[in-house]
Amino acid sequence: KEQKDFVRKVSAGCRISFFLSFAAVKYRDWLSCGRGKLTARERILLLLDPDSFDEYDMFVEHRCSDFGMDSNKNKYPGDSVVTGRGRINGRLAYVFSQDFTVFGGSLSGAHAQKICKVMDQAAMVGAPVIGLNDSGGARIQEGVESLAGYADIFLRNVLCSGVVPQISLIMGPCAGGAVYSPALTDFTFMVKDTSYLFITGPDVVKSVTNEDVTQEQLGGAKTHTAVSGVAHRAFENDIDALLNLREFFNYLPLSNRDPAPVCECHDPSDRLVPELDTVVPVESTKAYDMLDIIHSIADEREFFEIMPSYARNIVVGFARMNGRTVGIVGNQPKVASGCLDINSSVKGARFVRFCDAFNIPLITFVDVPGFLPGTAQEYGGIIRHGAKLLFAFAEATVPKITIITRKAYGGAYDVMSSKHLRGDANYAWPTAEVAVMGAKGAVQIIFRGKEANAEAEYVDKFANPFPAAMRGFVDDIIQPSTTRVRICHDLDVLASKTQSSPWKKHANIPL
Amino acid sequence: MGIRTVAIHSDVDANAVHVKMADEAVCVGPAPTSKSYLNMDAIMEVIKKTRAQAVHPGYGFLSENKEFARRLASEGVTFIGPDTHAIQAMGDKIESKLLAKNAKVNTIPGFDGVVKDADEAVRIAREIGYPVMIKASAGGGGKGMRIAWDDEETREGFRFSSQEAASSFGDDRLLIEKFIDNPRHIEIQVLADKHGNALWLNERECSIQRRNQKVVEEAPSTFLDPETRRAMGEQAVALAKAVKYSSAGTVEFLVDSSKNFYFLEMNTRLQVEHPVTECITGLDLVQEMIRVAKGYPLRHKQTDIPINGWAVECRVYAEDPYKSFGLPSIGKLSQYQEPLHVPSVRVDSGIQQGSDISIYYDPMISKLITYGSNRAEALKRMEEALDNYVIRGVAHNISLLREVIVHPRFVQGDISTKFLPEVYPDGFKGHKLTDLERRELLATAASLYVAEQLRSQRFLGTARIPVAKSKRSSWELSVRLGDGIYPVAVSKDGSSFSVEVDGMKLNVTSEWNLASPLLSVTVDGTQRTIQRLSRNASGDTNIQFLGTVYKLQILTKVAAELSKYMPEKAAEDTSSILRSPMPGAVVAVSVNPGDTVSEGQEICVIEAMKMQNSMIAAKTGKVKAVHCKAGDTVGEGDLLVELE
Repeated sequence: KEQKDFVRKVSAGCRISFFLSFAAVKYRDWLSCGRGKLTARERILLLLDPDSFDEYDMFVEHRCSDFGMDSNKNKYPGDSVVTGRGRINGRLAYVFSQDFTVFGGSLSGAHAQKICKVMDQAAMVGAPVIGLNDSGGARIQEGVESLAGYADIFLRNVLCSGVVPQISLIMGPCAGGAVYSPALTDFTFMVKDTSYLFITGPDVVKSVTNEDVTQEQLGGAKTHTAVSGVAHRAFENDIDALLNLREFFNYLPLSNRDPAPVCECHDPSDRLVPELDTVVPVESTKAYDMLDIIHSIADEREFFEIMPSYARNIVVGFARMNGRTVGIVGNQPKVASGCLDINSSVKGARFVRFCDAFNIPLITFVDVPGFLPGTAQEYGGIIRHGAKLLFAFAEATVPKITIITRKAYGGAYDVMSSKHLRGDANYAWPTAEVAVMGAKGAVQIIFRGKEANAEAEYVDKFANPFPAAMRGFVDDIIQPSTTRVRICHDLDVLASKTQSSPWKKHANIPL
Repeated sequence: MGIRTVAIHSDVDANAVHVKMADEAVCVGPAPTSKSYLNMDAIMEVIKKTRAQAVHPGYGFLSENKEFARRLASEGVTFIGPDTHAIQAMGDKIESKLLAKNAKVNTIPGFDGVVKDADEAVRIAREIGYPVMIKASAGGGGKGMRIAWDDEETREGFRFSSQEAASSFGDDRLLIEKFIDNPRHIEIQVLADKHGNALWLNERECSIQRRNQKVVEEAPSTFLDPETRRAMGEQAVALAKAVKYSSAGTVEFLVDSSKNFYFLEMNTRLQVEHPVTECITGLDLVQEMIRVAKGYPLRHKQTDIPINGWAVECRVYAEDPYKSFGLPSIGKLSQYQEPLHVPSVRVDSGIQQGSDISIYYDPMISKLITYGSNRAEALKRMEEALDNYVIRGVAHNISLLREVIVHPRFVQGDISTKFLPEVYPDGFKGHKLTDLERRELLATAASLYVAEQLRSQRFLGTARIPVAKSKRSSWELSVRLGDGIYPVAVSKDGSSFSVEVDGMKLNVTSEWNLASPLLSVTVDGTQRTIQRLSRNASGDTNIQFLGTVYKLQILTKVAAELSKYMPEKAAEDTSSILRSPMPGAVVAVSVNPGDTVSEGQEICVIEAMKMQNSMIAAKTGKVKAVHCKAGDTVGEGDLLVELE
């Protein structure tokens, strides 16, 4: 017992001395001086429940002996990353937090080994991995050892993919090989103004392509959330990001072995939503905001949107229905009429695949006039990219509920979680128009403009949900105000859904 | 009454409440009023098509249009209102005053004629003596009314009023008269039939106004004694009889501090604020109007008209009260719930959850009326009703209304039409919290935060990896409210919270239903209804408390301490840019890039909801860029002009 006590004292002492001795105060000043960054440990403190962090490998040191690295002043216990496990709202999560104050957070062999250890355990136990990235890149002094470290992490990212959710929060620079670990994870979040992601920095860009570009323009939060689609969302500062991450974590199941979490919910599942009866404008060319619909049916109007500034013609994100996490996909008529193009197809496909991998039911709101025509799209490979969304919806075996609010035209109708792609509950609002195309175009093709009344006839015949309902392609035409009730009932029933696809090593999604 | 009804509506009102309530509904045109609700041809067409026998014109639009009444008469359709002669006589400000004089009704001194141009306006104004009031002859209420204190303001007033008169009424005649400083606005409701009988149904006090439009009305008035009331009522009836008035009408008076009253005008229609009269007299004015139109004699005698209790009406507007007591706001009502569960409350509204408040029409959301056996009771219920009114998605003036009805001057009845500018000389800034109220707010907000935190740890169903049960029972928080940061300690005490703030311990209990828009919270025995408008993961919480919305940020003590290391985001310099304070249409732009403007100079004019607003330069400088042109539609906060 005495021995045990001794060990405990030593370890506690180490912890405290580590925390203090590690020049925390000095680095604190250095970090906060205009940089607006927290230390690696402060970040963990905010991310996890109080007193829930159990640290691993605090005594690990780097093993490099070249370039004077073996001198005592170049050895830091724990090296440039803090790893361990803890709880977020009581639920288990594995965490690593890179420490920029130690060799710029650079990745040594020991650093990589620490990260791999928590990832291995996370995969084994079945709990998510959260990475707080803040690293200058490879530990150049270590050379190939560092590269091997990256590859070890990449491999684990890939093996964990679809097994446990992996989240990256970029809280500083992340350049070169380091960017591929976040890229392999399920979600990449960034902090505005202090985080960057790029393959090569502005100096190299200048020397290679002669482009003048700032760090922010090249790989800042704005670039990656609005232009490249690399990051899924950006937050104001470190604290804002970590608090939002806690909230986001509550939407996720711990692993692919767990069902979507169900939280205590105060919003009645049988709540009618009267405003939905009038939300779709009378003129079918007029836009409305799909987010209005999503907010009004979701529990407490809460919707955690993923990629809100990228490919805004499709809306994806998480909400809860009667407490249960659901993934929501909706065409956004307000932006580019809600058409599907390359970016929106890829954005939607990746989200659908995440939900399918982690047992999160999918709710799809359809108002799509079709795929976007034009040379830019065709040359860009809209066929190949559009196929990704089709593939993702077709292969998904989680509960799939679809509501056609207005237009469901052409191939895009098929793509958007239609009955034909194993939709479980497909509904149409009375305003739905399920047709091969808009009346004007259809009449031009059928009659070559010779029939005067043909357009009205086409509208009568197809610009309504009945042809689809008569064939059983939609299960019911529902009063929009009852949408929330219907979805909640369906989710209760579909919770026990089982569906499987033929055996395969893995599918071959058109990448 | 068993009468089948037809509603008319414009394109954008196709889903409006009145359309749903009517037996039939017909669209009369696109959104702009001149093409729909003022489009007589279209409306006459609907009347013919539906074979309507009578038309109730409501208030506003064509309700005081003699041409419309005449056209109806020629088609043999009953106009539910007075006959054309009375509309014409009272609709014309000059003729009405002459008639009033002849009927021995007190009229305002210094009254004069119709105006042709700005120079004539100045000449007339000088003859009367400043200050003068300029308004459209055809317009009722305060629309198009401006006060001028000198020649320059007269010219400006002339320009604005004539433009507004033209755009709103299609009639650019103006009226200039002596402006009585600091008056009360009290009006008498009259009801007359086609058999020469007329009654006065007591008064309505409508002194609380902003920009000459009524905001809070009540009946009876605290100011009138029975003698003055009778004198006013009898003069009003005399005037009604003089014009052979039939139907319901309102005679407006200005009453000065010595209870002298002057005839202002007669509104030959139902007034917006008629419900307060209905509450205290028990009469249904619309029903009486329909009976009179049918030709029935009045059912009541003057001695039958009581004053039962007290009624107060608040006009709930979609507007931002922090900008000159209310600038229009537009948007979709994402949540809307009327306080009908509060006793003795009546809400007259034409909108519902999901409705759009558009730039085309008056931004009124509803009329909120409460009734009580005495004034204090009616006001207490109004307070409760305002707290229980859920309006989300647009700015609204609940905060202003609630402040007015609890203000000591209002409670004592010490009011005038200048009430708002006198009580809030620097503009309305919302409720000012007392120390105790601030503690209550902080305690409530902190308790809500903890309740939310506790809930986010409660997962239903069994988990493969058990959820760690938190044994935590106390929280150290830091709450930012305005410029202050307050440490708040919360500890859980059974189902309630014990909160320590400013060294004081408060007990907070509630059901903590975090989804309900209304939350009943008891802090140390004081029960209040609050509304949590929004929250996010970053700790930002907006709470409507005592009518006013407070922005709070709630963080744990640890997060708050670390947040001092976070960089401050630079704020925009607003003196060199001009943004639209509200959504609307640009009527005129008076500057070009490169022009030099002086502080206070007009840069452009924005029209919203039939009101023109002059945008002025905040500083002297050179115009760098103009981002709008006449005819553009702009949203709130849109950049209009940049200065160098």
